[in-house]
Amino acid sequence: MRNTQAVRLLFELSKSGRRAVRFPASDVPDVPLDKLLPATALADGPLPLPELAEPDLVRHYANLSTLNMSVDTHFYPLGSCTMKYNPKRNERVASTSAFADLHPYQSQRSLQGILRLLYELGEMLGEISGLDAVSLQPAAGAQGELAALMIAAAYFRDRGERRRTVLVPDTAHGTNPASATMAGFEVLTVRSTSEGQVDMEDLAARLGHQTAVLMITNPNTLGLFERRIREIAELVHGAGALVYLDGANMNAILGIARPGDFGADMMHFNPHKTFSGPHGGGGPGAGPIAVRRMLAPYLPAPIVVRDGDAYRLDYHRPKSIGRVRSFFGNTGVLVRAYCYIRTHGPDGLRRVAENAVLNANYLLSRVKHVLPVPHGDRCMHEFVATAAKLKASTGASAMDVAKRLLDYGFHAPTVYFPLTVRESMMIEPTETESKETLDAFADTLARVTAEPRDLLHEAPHTTPISRPDEVQAARHPVLVWRPAQREAPVHGAATAESAREK
Amino acid sequence: MPYILNTLADQHEMLKAIGAGSIAELFEPVPADLRLKRPLAIPAALSELELLDELSSLARRNQSASDRVCFLGAGSYDHFIPSVVDYVASRGEFYTSYTPYQPEASQGNLQAFFEYQTLVTQLTGMDVSNASLYDGGSAATEAVLMSMAATGRHGRVVVAQSVHPEFRKILSTYTAGLDTEVVTVRAPRGGIVPAELASLVNRDTACVLVQHPNFFGCLEEVEAIALIAHEAGALLIVVVDPISLGLLKRPGDYGADIVVAEGQSLGSPMAFGGPYLGMMACREQFVRRMPARIAGQTVDRRGNRCWVLTLQTREQHIRREKATSNICTNQGLLALRASVYLAALGPQGLREVAELCARKAHYAAERLSRLVRLSLPFDRPFFKEFVIRDADGSVEHRLGATESEGIFAGVPLGNWYPELEDCFLVAVTEKRTKRQIDRLADCLARPMTETRDA
Amino acid sequence: MTPDELLFAQTHEWVRLEPGAGGMKVATIGLSAFALEALTDLVHIELPEVGRQLTVGESLGEVESVKAVSDIYSPLEGEVVEVNSDIAQHLERLAADPYGAGWLVKLRITNESGLKSLLDRTAYEKLCAEEA
Repeated sequence: MRNTQAVRLLFELSKSGRRAVRFPASDVPDVPLDKLLPATALADGPLPLPELAEPDLVRHYANLSTLNMSVDTHFYPLGSCTMKYNPKRNERVASTSAFADLHPYQSQRSLQGILRLLYELGEMLGEISGLDAVSLQPAAGAQGELAALMIAAAYFRDRGERRRTVLVPDTAHGTNPASATMAGFEVLTVRSTSEGQVDMEDLAARLGHQTAVLMITNPNTLGLFERRIREIAELVHGAGALVYLDGANMNAILGIARPGDFGADMMHFNPHKTFSGPHGGGGPGAGPIAVRRMLAPYLPAPIVVRDGDAYRLDYHRPKSIGRVRSFFGNTGVLVRAYCYIRTHGPDGLRRVAENAVLNANYLLSRVKHVLPVPHGDRCMHEFVATAAKLKASTGASAMDVAKRLLDYGFHAPTVYFPLTVRESMMIEPTETESKETLDAFADTLARVTAEPRDLLHEAPHTTPISRPDEVQAARHPVLVWRPAQREAPVHGAATAESAREK
Repeated sequence: MPYILNTLADQHEMLKAIGAGSIAELFEPVPADLRLKRPLAIPAALSELELLDELSSLARRNQSASDRVCFLGAGSYDHFIPSVVDYVASRGEFYTSYTPYQPEASQGNLQAFFEYQTLVTQLTGMDVSNASLYDGGSAATEAVLMSMAATGRHGRVVVAQSVHPEFRKILSTYTAGLDTEVVTVRAPRGGIVPAELASLVNRDTACVLVQHPNFFGCLEEVEAIALIAHEAGALLIVVVDPISLGLLKRPGDYGADIVVAEGQSLGSPMAFGGPYLGMMACREQFVRRMPARIAGQTVDRRGNRCWVLTLQTREQHIRREKATSNICTNQGLLALRASVYLAALGPQGLREVAELCARKAHYAAERLSRLVRLSLPFDRPFFKEFVIRDADGSVEHRLGATESEGIFAGVPLGNWYPELEDCFLVAVTEKRTKRQIDRLADCLARPMTETRDA
Repeated sequence: MTPDELLFAQTHEWVRLEPGAGGMKVATIGLSAFALEALTDLVHIELPEVGRQLTVGESLGEVESVKAVSDIYSPLEGEVVEVNSDIAQHLERLAADPYGAGWLVKLRITNESGLKSLLDRTAYEKLCAEEA
């Protein structure tokens, strides 16, 4: 039933003379172009862009979209991604002209609605975080991390302290060490215990007067709350360093506990995770940060401030680290986050956390009978199972299981992260799933792990494509379509060597 | 609770299966003395009806480009967005999907990225593109960092003063902790002078960063600039206006090594500053240094053509502290919008829109400069934006007055360029009509009597 | 099947010593079969330029598979005098013939003290057995 014609590449569907969009004729006096612009600056000929008519364009993209799994269509238990439902009312609000058609440099008088929204969002994020000041500027969580680390660097520079290192647990998301390096720090890794918590002794050994920041995720990437977080924070503060909380897992503790209350000095939020911002195929996201009072002067500028009934952008922030991106921030994403928080209110957010944790624990109680969950019977909003034993006994890996789940209409969980668990599968159901879905997933997982190894090894079987050759893609990258390419490139020995082909 | 499916009965059953007495028990790992003992101090929940009401009330306090005629530019523009772009971007299978880590479940996105990457190379004349960065500003900084890694030169980078001031601010923020010297070439007359650039570029210089058309809307002498950069062994990074490429020579054809752009003009709303689209393309030899996700073509085990994220070993989830950058999200949905836009316009459409912008902008410049008080301080060719000097000097008041008449006339420049505090920047897109331009001129011509508002 | 005359570093590089001009030995360096097997399908390699000075344990380059990157560490101190620049286009040679055609760089040794820490074939095979 699939329309294979329509999903050929735009460049293959292109036909000279076709066009979807035409513009009206110019209504200003007709002056030859070379009187307006020097001939040397002008292009010699037309751009080699494809030419399509609107019906073709719609059919192409509508069909392409059906080749994706999405939250709207599938259960998507990707650990650490919080693939919760994306509310349609948020889309409706964000797309109204009154928000969508605002130019970033309009007079502040004409922006009072959006400025108030952003101010209130900042206040709410401050309250949720338990911290004092918020910047909505960073475009993504990773950028928020970077901004916060630069804030830490500026803070210590001001105090005349030379602190060169950032500590990162071995379970941390890859952006943590990458951001620390970009901010000019040296990264030291802190080990985890066999219970999946930060190893206090290793932490104490690595802390010193050179330490600027400990970056920590809590609950951590194993889905466990760091029980000794207060001690951890005290140790870090005792060494004169700061605690940064990676807020990717806030879904577990909304309204239950606040990072500012358990010792974090800075944190970022992921509105595209916790506050239901749609993931858009990989973005856009946003990465607002919240910091403790003494760090507020260093926040990126501008900040929205309130003067009585009016709101304005405060650019006068002499200690600010500067800017991490142009214009105000990913306002469209922030408007959705605002709508989400206003929809839920204090009780609603708390129920989100409670049900996220309930769903994860329920799923764990069922999955543990199929795949071991090394870190115990309880978790927060996500848990990590391992297919290591399965691999040892049948040869089927976490990847094989993940691929086979696709055949049954489930998106796979996150695999091979965190790095500390072999053949890991990180599962986060979120609160917007039903018990029926969780049961169906657990039943399917049981069924899949009992299937013959070869069936798994070659899965998926029912998706449009199966087991792309990633080795070839990396060895001989083809990153652009070229007219001379044939549709299905012919292969010689170089690609046949992929083990799966044998 | 709006999006939660668990009924009380469900909760009881689940707790029983878990072996817990209550949901509260599941939070046992959170020490009691760390728990919040009161509800969050945020406003109470709203039903959809109430939410829409509340947001409408906020919306009424905004005046947008639908309420006022918009001549504002400076990196964000009121360009026409064809309906087909909104249609595609609003399909749930696109906007609620995730990063394509499981290629078999994401061929829609992966193919769309591959198409986007190709379109960007066609637009810019470069060899390869990535699948997007956050915005044009951070893309410019990423390009500078890339040039330092590629040339092995960390001593100096040279930047034109006519590059967007916020882009330059981002660069100085990111390089604050580095030993790299950021040298700015002045642009006192609307663009940089190649001879002056040549005096600042040395063998320690990793790159020359220029914008073309520049922040003032003016053209730079890019061919001469390319020669100077390359002679010193530095890379040329050009920030472009994607719409301008409907008319102007492509950067790949005049010697750019890395091209970046703000892609908002290609089918995305202005949205008070974001989310936007950072575009980046480069020469083949730099591809392994290019940050962010990249889609590549391959075949699957049955020999079907398909696409995957590739060259992932550059990225943070593998290389961690040695990554080319810390970038995780791209701007997938915005890249999709840009692709649909470019495919919908095609070469003829993009040329049409570029021509309309150029013609209307020149008509506006001509009409405004005829007014006694106003003049064009820069004597350089420009594309769709130009700087206007007001002899009276009271730019803020002037713009406030025209705003009350229903027009956002321009962006004041004084905060960024003190020497231009009597100037403002006017942008004219294909959406502006002759009548609107004439009205702008009439408004600006009127003597200012009382100032109506602050 | 490890050639007997080779020495090995703990980080899985192999070394073949040859006499060189002016009495300074030349070391040919590559990656062991054990390391290559662990890396599985290779997609890219980065090697140093001729003339580069290396110290013991310094990263001289990188080898990449689809999902991982590994540094290649110099087992000895010296100057790079030759690089197998062909190998990047023929990565399959690495796995096919790691101790022959799969050589990576030749180093003119400037300080022989690093030789002491290298393992002979027996000791290296023992190390591999422990790691597996």
